[in-house]
Amino acid sequence: MVFADRIQFAFTVMFHYLFPIITMGLGFFIAVFSTLHVVTGEEGYHQAAEFWARIFAISFAAGVVTGIPLEFEFGANWSQFSAFGGGLFGQVLPLEGVYAFFLESGFLGLFLFGRGRIGRIGQWLAGLGVAAGSLLSGYFITAADAWMQHPVGYRLGPNGQPVLASFWQVVFNPYAGWMYAHVISGALLAGSFIVGSIGAFYLLAGRCQHLGRDCVRAGVIGAVVFSLLQIFPTGDIAGRDVARYQPIKLATMEGQFKTEPEAPLAILGMPDARQGRLLDPVRAPGLLSFLAYGSFSAPVRGLDSYPRDLWPPVNLTYYAYHIMVGLGTVFIAIALLGGLLLYLGRLERSRWYLWILMLALPFPFIANEAGWVVTEMGRQPWLVYGLLRTAAGISPNVSTGEVIFTTLGFAGLYLLLGLLFLLLAGKVIHRGIAEEEAAPHPAAMPSPEPPRA
Amino acid sequence: MHNPVFWAQAWFVLLSAMLAAYAVLDGYDLGVGALHPWVAKTAEERRVCVNSIGPVWNGNEVWLIAAGGMMLVAFPRVYASGFSGFYLALMAVLWLLLMRGIAIEFRSHFANHLWRGFWDVTFGLASIFLALFLGVALGNVVHGLPIAPNGYFQGSFTLLLNPYSLLTGLLSLTLLLWHGANYLRRKAVGTLEERAQRWAAGLWWAALALVAAMTAATLALRAGIGANFLRQPWAFILPAVTVAGLAIGFWARRRGREVAAFRASTMVIVGLLGSAAASVYPALLPSTLDRRDSLTIFNAASTPHELFTSFLANIAGMIAVAFYSYHVHRTFAGKVQLPPPGAGHEY
Ligand code: HDD
Ligand code: HEM
Ligand code: HEM
Repeated sequence: MVFADRIQFAFTVMFHYLFPIITMGLGFFIAVFSTLHVVTGEEGYHQAAEFWARIFAISFAAGVVTGIPLEFEFGANWSQFSAFGGGLFGQVLPLEGVYAFFLESGFLGLFLFGRGRIGRIGQWLAGLGVAAGSLLSGYFITAADAWMQHPVGYRLGPNGQPVLASFWQVVFNPYAGWMYAHVISGALLAGSFIVGSIGAFYLLAGRCQHLGRDCVRAGVIGAVVFSLLQIFPTGDIAGRDVARYQPIKLATMEGQFKTEPEAPLAILGMPDARQGRLLDPVRAPGLLSFLAYGSFSAPVRGLDSYPRDLWPPVNLTYYAYHIMVGLGTVFIAIALLGGLLLYLGRLERSRWYLWILMLALPFPFIANEAGWVVTEMGRQPWLVYGLLRTAAGISPNVSTGEVIFTTLGFAGLYLLLGLLFLLLAGKVIHRGIAEEEAAPHPAAMPSPEPPRA
Repeated sequence: MHNPVFWAQAWFVLLSAMLAAYAVLDGYDLGVGALHPWVAKTAEERRVCVNSIGPVWNGNEVWLIAAGGMMLVAFPRVYASGFSGFYLALMAVLWLLLMRGIAIEFRSHFANHLWRGFWDVTFGLASIFLALFLGVALGNVVHGLPIAPNGYFQGSFTLLLNPYSLLTGLLSLTLLLWHGANYLRRKAVGTLEERAQRWAAGLWWAALALVAAMTAATLALRAGIGANFLRQPWAFILPAVTVAGLAIGFWARRRGREVAAFRASTMVIVGLLGSAAASVYPALLPSTLDRRDSLTIFNAASTPHELFTSFLANIAGMIAVAFYSYHVHRTFAGKVQLPPPGAGHEY
């Protein structure tokens, strides 16, 4: 049954994505801090880079182990989809391993363990390599997803199956470019909030003041840049691309049931798919037409102009979209406020603001996941837009019971992994760096454990 | 340029080479993991074991991930049929890979001996079962699977765990233990090195016996298995590499021949995988029901154009990868030195 496979894929990929958000975001800040260290020679930046590298390493491990199942789920759970489109979207999928994962894992090993072997500049370059590798791995996987959203570069073969017509079109799918920009900006925004939030924690707790200050400043500056980029141009253009290539997704995420010119933008409201209207709406007149097509009078096709069996799940898509955009607005407010305080030189002393920044930590994760729910739910009922229905993509030889069983297995393992991650990241944060100088890394001390018999 | 036979063959060679690279590289990781509960007696020795593979294991594992992705683009129907057919077994392998990765990466975070003991046992068990299961999977491919005319099969555990595949599983475990012991000889000093050397010497005999048993079983099981070799006699190079590896391995069991010993186990692994590939060719998943339903590199391949573009795109990257993974291995070559207290990251 396709539902079980969808649940399993959604759960495993959403869990996986929590970690790439961290590594893509932190990789960038590690590169920034180690560059600052090389340029200014200040030891504090070096310590900041090392501190974040420790969190990075834990997240990276979790990202790696949760990513591998996904790659094989395409064959295991979605085998008809793999057989159908493998020659096409497979053009980009392995490139991720070949061009990005090797790079990332190699450089991470060098960065973490190479000290004394590769020198200071070597270590700095390795840090840049880690950041580049993790940002690059986002591209190929985004391009693979973009092919499912907007299949290009193919023609239909003799038995109705798509076959490759242009490699470059698949790699540089017009849908992929802005999608990638939005995804990366979202990850860097999350990275900014992570750095800022932990920095705020240190300042509030009165520990590791130097690290705390560097992190809050870097985090706030990053948040200003990336929260603005997240709406404009990347989010804006992502919306236009949806309007252009998947108008029904646009109608669903905006709760636009009626086809009309001067379509309003629903800011609040509850969609009711059965009655086909938005309950208690708060609307900005004409704005949707403008955002989607650049003119206040442009007609927007509503859900009513599509047969019901082509509607994506209305509620989830609509709410996920509004959560993402709503949070995006909140992030801009937080970021600009922080920027103002920084400009006035009062950032570190404004405890109320540091509290807000510290508690904001989970929300960029929620916004990023919500964005993917919009993208992937809004694509339903298609697996490959317009070419292959989701229900036609599953494995004929795998039973629902097996899928439920393995989903439970993943749930248990990921619960364990999630708790371990929080435990270890919490321990790194708790330990900070100031204490580190006083007491050596416990793991490096002669170990107290007795020899095993 | 778009000669279908040529590109299908090129992909067959590339994929076989990728899997061999995976088996050699992650093979020593698995071997060290499977062996370490027995050779490492003290906490420090266990740390040397984990540190010996620490900076490289993840890069080694990417060979498997990349090979999986390449299988998808080159032979989509094999990717689809194989992984869905082995569904539960595949999930078991994924979970073992997950536990192994967590064990390696998380064990050092607390010095507590219960914490470390738990992850060491996890690391050991996951490595043992992975080495076994990967061999079982390969055994099933050589043995053949009940592939129906629609290209799919249902691989229940009772089907997959047939005597022949169990034998190949055992062979795989033994070879990787031997390979891991040879690797550890190069990385460790003192008593750990000596113990690894003793294990390697003993495992050589086990490897010899199992290679012989597996060869006999294969010849008995599949009558036509040697036909490819008779048709293309140059393919005899592959079993010859195995034999040469065993011979060098015997000679290198003594002290001071650790590099040669590691090369010997590498040769045996590469030779055996190459021989397996040469003997199933052109099938990738042979059918035991009707030979015509076998998935071969011709009937399961993407279009020639797809094969061509993806081959170029991947081979360009693979050359770069080979270059810098060589470099990473060079940087971490030599005996493991546990970092002095307070020196930051380690395992
Ligand atoms: C911090 C995270 C974050 C924030 C604040 C926003 N987004 Fe977003 N959004 C994402 C993170 C994200 C994402 C997770 O990265 C997605 C999922 C897939 C993708 O391409 O990006 C996404 C998808 C996504 C899509 C769907 C694209 C598709 O279906 O292909 C649209 C239309 C937007 N976004 C538009 C916006 C707008 C107008 C925002 C205004 C504030 C916004 N996003 C804020
Ligand atoms: C990491 C970010 C991603 C998240 C959080 C995510 C989320 C989801 C969710 C929630 C679903 C279930 C949708 C439904 O069934 O209604 C889904 C389905 C799916 N996604 Fe994604 N997705 C992500 C990235 C990707 C990428 C990059 C690819 C492809 C390369 C992909 C391929 C698929 C496939 C094959 C399915 C199953 C078929 C389907 O339900 O349409 N996803 N994903
Ligand atoms: C269905 C979709 C996905 C699949 C099949 C997938 C597959 C994988 C695999 C196999 C790994 C392990 C690589 C290693 O061993 O080094 C991995 C890690 C990673 N993935 Fe994914 N992934 C998916 C979604 C995504 C998305 C949407 C992104 C980002 C936009 C992403 C970014 C990363 C990154 C940066 C890593 C490196 C490890 C880490 O940083 O946590 N992945 N992924």
